[in-house]
Amino acid sequence: MSYDATFRVWRGDASGGGLQTYTVAVNEGEVVLDVIHRLQATQAGDLAVRWNCKAGKCGSCSAEVNGRPRLMCMTRMSTFGEAETVTVTPLRTFPVVRDLVTDVSYNYEQAARIPAFAPRPRDKDGNHRMQQIDVERSQEFRKCIECWLCQDTCHVIRDHEENKAVFSGPRFLIRLAELDMHPLDVTDRRNAAQEKFGLGYCNITKCCSEVCPEGIHLTDNGIIPLKERVVDRRYDPLTWLGSKIGRRPKD
Amino acid sequence: MTTTAPRGTGAVTPGRGSGGPAPRRATIPARTLRTDRWWLQPLLTVVALLLFIVYATFRAFQNAHYFAEPYISPFYSPCITTACEGDTFPELFTGPTWISPALYILIFPLGIRLTCYYYRKAYYRSFWLSPPACAVAEPHRRYTGETRLPLLGQNIHRYALYAALVINVILFYDAVLAFRDETGEWGHMGLGTLILLVNAVLLFLYSVSCHSCRHIVGGRINSFSRHPLRYKAWTQVSRLNARHMQWAWASLFSVAFADFYVFLLATDTINDLRFF
Repeated sequence: MSYDATFRVWRGDASGGGLQTYTVAVNEGEVVLDVIHRLQATQAGDLAVRWNCKAGKCGSCSAEVNGRPRLMCMTRMSTFGEAETVTVTPLRTFPVVRDLVTDVSYNYEQAARIPAFAPRPRDKDGNHRMQQIDVERSQEFRKCIECWLCQDTCHVIRDHEENKAVFSGPRFLIRLAELDMHPLDVTDRRNAAQEKFGLGYCNITKCCSEVCPEGIHLTDNGIIPLKERVVDRRYDPLTWLGSKIGRRPKD
Repeated sequence: MTTTAPRGTGAVTPGRGSGGPAPRRATIPARTLRTDRWWLQPLLTVVALLLFIVYATFRAFQNAHYFAEPYISPFYSPCITTACEGDTFPELFTGPTWISPALYILIFPLGIRLTCYYYRKAYYRSFWLSPPACAVAEPHRRYTGETRLPLLGQNIHRYALYAALVINVILFYDAVLAFRDETGEWGHMGLGTLILLVNAVLLFLYSVSCHSCRHIVGGRINSFSRHPLRYKAWTQVSRLNARHMQWAWASLFSVAFADFYVFLLATDTINDLRFF
């Protein structure tokens, strides 16, 4: 079954722009990205949209659909009523390049600041050994496809541009957590998490977890455990005392 | 058919952030383009928490009707002054009679709920609107999160947990004392016993499902394989932790309900249903 849907798509660039209304055909089983492609093919040949895999794995087609940060390729048209207007806008948190394409280089700048994985020396036989249960927690965060939806929805930088200078965003807080939990890594990132990456700015309102297309529990499994590790390092007098008298090693 | 909206004249921030211009962002004046009822959840949270706060404040200051043999209201337990009704806990000191015994211990349940990671989400969203919902702009001009006092104090959550665990033990003790009848004879049980017991269990589950507890029992360890018992404990707490929000609300409701039941008994509004 096909029907004609009303789409409002943000068109413009950094100098200005606005929502333009289109009527586009929608076929059964399609996703928002299919409709955007049809729009591009039939009515708006110069519509800029970034996409790649159409399978929710590359993280390219991030946008805001009816105000919610989503992957366009994973947003089924069947979730909307046929009479419902679908509004598609670029990610609000980042500078717009054109139409639905934003400049997400802020995220790559933050990624470059993270202290790299630093494993302990190898065992005598030249191997690194660890058990599956030791790395399971970190592996959850490795599912990240870097679609930047969590960065986009995080109000710390979405509503306060100035905080980009002091806050690296949820994606990189879970990267810090991933490395800090790693059984082989020897770098202590707890002070840096608080001082350089702005962990304290997170008020754990969990929007990052809500929008993650990979279902990563960023807040419960990454950011809160990292906050607790920072408390160990900086704010808990008993833990501090324990480390001073040798009763509490790093692990 | 294509209609064109008027073009904006410059980039804007979605919120009212005063951090200067948001260079080159898309011009979208609307605070949010969400079309769902995003306001419903914060509204329900505000209503539910305000109802509880009003009721709990009234009861804590009432300084009466908190004991009906053999039950003591959880709002007043442990009751530590000589002015206390009943004999459920050692009387530690004599305080001014105009101070309700509930006020001496209020800080402990209040402490864990105020600093709890779930409640922080709830009240930051619902009361402080920071943000009211995902992708809905917050109204504040500046935002510093939990980087400075007083919100930096949220980091004492684990100490609030330790105190709450002590209170949990005392509430279980109260539930055990409730296996008596009005004359102090053991081996009896009434509806009040069941209510105090369920309340103690829910409050305990709320405490042990907390994120700080999860960290303390094993989360801080990097090599689980070298600490199998702590790994098991962490796994169990993690299971409970996944439902921390549900435990938080269930225990909030149960503690108010347990208090209300004791209030009804103490004012002779109802009689306790005795099972045996």
